[in-house]
Amino acid sequence: MKESVIEIRNLCKSFGNNHVLKNFEMDLYRGENLAVLGKSGSGKSVLIKCIIGLFEFDAGSIILLGKDIQKFNNEQWDHMRRRVGFLFQSNALYDSMTVRENLEFPMRRHEIKKKKSNEMEGLIRETLANVGLEHTIDMMPAELSGGMRKRIALARTLVLQPEIILYDEPTTGLDPVTAREISNLILEVQRKYNSSSVIISHDMNCINITSNRVVMLIDGKCYANGTYSELNSSQDPKVRDFFD
Amino acid sequence: MKDVFNINKTLEEVGGISRFAARFFREGFKPRYEFGELIRQCFWVGYKSLSLVGITAFIMGLVLTIQSRPTLIEFGAESMLPNMVGISLVREISPVITALICAGKIGSGMGAELGSMRVTEQIDAMEVSGTNPFKYLIVTRILATTLMLPVLVNLSNAISLYGGYLGVNIRGSISWALYWSQVFNALSYSDLVPAIVKTVFFGFAIGLVGCYKGYYSNKGTEGVGRSANSAVVVASLLVFIVDLIAVQITDLLGLT
Repeated sequence: MKESVIEIRNLCKSFGNNHVLKNFEMDLYRGENLAVLGKSGSGKSVLIKCIIGLFEFDAGSIILLGKDIQKFNNEQWDHMRRRVGFLFQSNALYDSMTVRENLEFPMRRHEIKKKKSNEMEGLIRETLANVGLEHTIDMMPAELSGGMRKRIALARTLVLQPEIILYDEPTTGLDPVTAREISNLILEVQRKYNSSSVIISHDMNCINITSNRVVMLIDGKCYANGTYSELNSSQDPKVRDFFD
Repeated sequence: MKDVFNINKTLEEVGGISRFAARFFREGFKPRYEFGELIRQCFWVGYKSLSLVGITAFIMGLVLTIQSRPTLIEFGAESMLPNMVGISLVREISPVITALICAGKIGSGMGAELGSMRVTEQIDAMEVSGTNPFKYLIVTRILATTLMLPVLVNLSNAISLYGGYLGVNIRGSISWALYWSQVFNALSYSDLVPAIVKTVFFGFAIGLVGCYKGYYSNKGTEGVGRSANSAVVVASLLVFIVDLIAVQITDLLGLT
């Protein structure tokens, strides 16, 4: 029996008259990389922002690591966000801080702060080495290329060693070679950290490389669900639109 | 006229700023305290504004003295020049001009910085990494302006009086000791204290508006530009409103 780490049931979210999510349902199992595929503006980013608590949803439920997030107070969110990482589409690196400070920042609120400074330094260097960018430790985000920034943003997420990682369009804006490198890195992270991931994307190559399972978000609902090859062989015209 | 002054929008704005201020008092005094960031912001607001405030204050004192001189000569009161300059600068001109300069420099800086952090999702990133962005970014900035503006105004008072000394000596002649003794004889605590107290509110208003405009910036670079611009406009207006209220209160308390 697979253990579910995210359970979403009948999730509804609207912005005024724009009903983005309509009774959306989804499960993420432990150790799995789940891709959510959908057109731009279909509500993919809204979905993961609801999961991490950046957006409040209108109806339905989200069970995150066995806990109903709707009843969470700030303290419970702080604790949960130690276990759930989020990689932003725009990377969201703090541009007034060096790479080292960017990685130290999430630790400041959590138990890792209690570690000795040399242990923290070791953890930062190890995480940077895992994304292949140890030499950038004292650089500013503005000095880095798009692909490097994405890796540093991923390192900042990984430094807390989360059980679940939410990727918001991880390859958007990158050239095909760098996009493939990032996709492979996501796969490597899954293996090395034994994490479960939700990958929001409309980049078919990225989804093909990274996902164990794909959920298609169309018209605010889970329209199709299966492995990449299963969906690729589907004859449904709405599914085919993405694969042709 | 409707486009120029939309009453609904204005009331919405006033309501928004009031709620933001209420949140500051609700969250600002609860732990966890971000002392490191507060010190960094105090350095940025205070030390980094010092040269601008200093130069403006010196020129302000110099110009006020030169321009007041002919009128005082007309009334045969040239000897009262240091007294008049001292009172005008300390009570009104130095606090208000310094606050306006800070509204321009600090208010726009905060509006633009927080606005671009909002647009590039850095504020959201802070939230998901377990840091309350309101406490870390907003409370520290508002506290920094509230604490630093009185310090800057005190320095501005002193530097503008040096400018005044030079202004008196360009056309006339007065000794260093006589100038300062006349200035200090003219000033009393009832001049100084209300002027300094109101700068605490100026600082609070500048920080509050700059942070509010940046924190709720619309998406896109245009939104960031607008945040910076309206932060300056609204903060400057608030400085005058606070000044008006402060004058009424000091008048009612008989401190004029």
